[in-house]
Amino acid sequence: MSSITPNEIKQEFIKSKIGIVGVGILVVLVIISVATVVAIPNDTLKEWNNPVSWISHPKTAVPVWVNYFLSEKIPEHKILDTPNVIYKKSGDMSVISHQFGVNFDYDQFPRDFIYEFTAKYSGSSLLQMSVIRPDGLQLDLISTSLPDSDSTSIHSERIFSTDEILRKNIMLQSGKFAFSSEGTSSEDIVFSETTRNQPLRGNYVFIVNMYGLNSENEILESRIIIGGKAFGIMGTDELRRDLAIGLLWGTPLALFIGLAVSIASVITGLLYGVYAGYKGKKTDEVMMRFNDVIYALPALPFLIILSVTISNSIFVMVGFLMIFGWVGVAKVSRSMSMQIKTRGYVEAASAMGQKNSKIILKHILPQLLPYAFASIAISVPAAITTEAGLSFLGLGDPSFPTWGQLLHDANVYGAASRGLWWWIIPPGVMIAVTGLAFVFIGNALDAIVNPKLKR
Amino acid sequence: MGLKKYVATRVATMFGVLMVTLLLTIILVGSNMDTILKQGISFQVRSEITENQDIAKSFSSVEEFEAFIDDQIKQRMKLLGLEEPWHSPQRIGFTMYKILTLDFGHATFLTSDSGSSDVREIILEKLPRTILLFTTATIIISVIGIFLGAISSNRAGSAIDRITSSFAIISSSFPVWWIGMLMIFLFSFAYQIFPARATPSIAPSEPGYILALLYHMTLPLITIVMIGFGSWAYLVRNFMVGIMQEDFIMAKRTMGINQKKIIYRHALKNAAPPIITILALSLSGSLGGAIITEAVFDWPGMGRLYFEAITVMDLPVIIGATYILTVFFLISIFIADLLYGYFDPRVKTSR
Repeated sequence: MSSITPNEIKQEFIKSKIGIVGVGILVVLVIISVATVVAIPNDTLKEWNNPVSWISHPKTAVPVWVNYFLSEKIPEHKILDTPNVIYKKSGDMSVISHQFGVNFDYDQFPRDFIYEFTAKYSGSSLLQMSVIRPDGLQLDLISTSLPDSDSTSIHSERIFSTDEILRKNIMLQSGKFAFSSEGTSSEDIVFSETTRNQPLRGNYVFIVNMYGLNSENEILESRIIIGGKAFGIMGTDELRRDLAIGLLWGTPLALFIGLAVSIASVITGLLYGVYAGYKGKKTDEVMMRFNDVIYALPALPFLIILSVTISNSIFVMVGFLMIFGWVGVAKVSRSMSMQIKTRGYVEAASAMGQKNSKIILKHILPQLLPYAFASIAISVPAAITTEAGLSFLGLGDPSFPTWGQLLHDANVYGAASRGLWWWIIPPGVMIAVTGLAFVFIGNALDAIVNPKLKR
Repeated sequence: MGLKKYVATRVATMFGVLMVTLLLTIILVGSNMDTILKQGISFQVRSEITENQDIAKSFSSVEEFEAFIDDQIKQRMKLLGLEEPWHSPQRIGFTMYKILTLDFGHATFLTSDSGSSDVREIILEKLPRTILLFTTATIIISVIGIFLGAISSNRAGSAIDRITSSFAIISSSFPVWWIGMLMIFLFSFAYQIFPARATPSIAPSEPGYILALLYHMTLPLITIVMIGFGSWAYLVRNFMVGIMQEDFIMAKRTMGINQKKIIYRHALKNAAPPIITILALSLSGSLGGAIITEAVFDWPGMGRLYFEAITVMDLPVIIGATYILTVFFLISIFIADLLYGYFDPRVKTSR
């Protein structure tokens, strides 16, 4: 054990290729984490397990970039919520018109379409919805009166393409289509060519008109969802959640778990080992026996029991993981401190009557710091994979979308045997990449701290 | 003398650990244990009385009936020593004694495939399957690892060596269970070669069962081997490279003995102690990791049993399985320790 100055470590480290790669990956991960925490509203984290907040997303949709590799384009899920608003007034009648343009450029029909609105009105009011297709054909979709009310009231409704009344309306206009519309769903007709039942590409304009006598009527919220089979950069899961958000939130969580566990356990192990080694004799014997006991405890069964019986909060879990993490570090730092304490200056300090605590803090611990940093880096991946494993078993903290949690949900819904690859591959790759970053850094540091390993 | 004392302290420590593990497990699940036991007894008493019409008819009022049941429950609790709370020394001592003698009692919810609820029988049914899968995997891993390690050390710095080393580092950072999910995706969805669930669909009593079990075992086995052999090869390679630099190998070389003979006869022999130690440790380690892997593949072994027991809080099974897992773990640590001390005299056992 020779003492290396921090500067030497830095210079050696810069020479190590894998060390640089590791730091590079880590920097990227940190940037992702910071960006996630800053840019994505914290509400998404709380809403992660709330099905209501994901209702307008599609179920198990593939990532949109898949279309680049397919000759037959899969329809993208589109949420149109910025209509072109036009007010008209003719006589007593006031008309509010919302127009939604959408470019439909796919080779499959959309899954469905939904119009969601919240209107504020008084008296009687009529809502009409129609679509102008790329071939100029205009189809009336629905014409419905909103519930009468004497005072000003707010009314919310969802009109689905599967609604019977909408379907009847379309059937009335089926003469415009050359094929039999019997048994064909509304969206398959609306988005179809007239000659054969194939998707018609081009720009569609959905027009929603609200007629009323009161000029203060307004549509407060209004959006059309064209239900597709592709969504976002990472797709969605069975519970309609945007996987990109889950994966992004997983990054700071994984870094937090990994670093918190490894830093805490290395510090504990270091202090424990150094104290045992420095004191020696009976103290050392007793402390090392205790160390043996913890070392021989089967970690995973215990972690499982602890998380089930005590708490599965992510912060408590960090503590549990720490219990099993410090043992190895304690063993090594004990033997290191036993060597260091026989050195002249330590013996001299002790002979001069310096306090034990001071000797340990001033003369022994600083010598062990390089080793401590290497151990922190090396023990991060284990902490991350163990937490992921526990989450995977369904014993993790359900309120945080860790990568293990995503994989747990994937496994529960049988994603692997259903072929939902976009739900399985990214979380695992993230776990592995994060682990690798720390393994690289740890290996590079280890090679510097323990020159024996270098060849 | 030194060895005897060493073995004695080791055995004592191991036994201590076993006791601590048991005690901790009991303390952790204990508070739930009482409620579940009481519910069980009251259910048992009620069902016995309702089944026996003569007793049920002999009561004149509902209060009398309830009083009788309460009395019965109290009597049975006393008989089983349950009137003391679970944390009383007698209760804990009694429970620990029973577990030490492998009497785990009856499972609350889970049963073995043959329908028995005796925890010992359940464990005896599941344990061989876990051993079958994980021991086979560990043996395959170690054989591949040793050969690959020996080859890479022979050509240190060559392409094979570098591929092995990087494969070792990369494969060790993937969780086995995640690779398992990918394998299920690949081989039972994309190419339907193997079943997604590793539990055979036919009953154990049927003649084709062994074959079906082996067929279902293939996918988990391949996965475990794929993830495991890299780090083995890496370790063996490092041991071997260290040994190849030693003087006696140099001497053999100058004597003109050919390289192959040196590696497989002399170097490998000297690398044996650490390799055997790691083999002992990984055999037991695989049992612990089995919990998640078995959950992914739905392999009907100890790991899945443990997981199921945790999900429904079947306490006797949890305690029994933890005990058995700990015993295996401790025995292998112990063997590994002894082997290491035996093979490598440089390890001062007393320290």
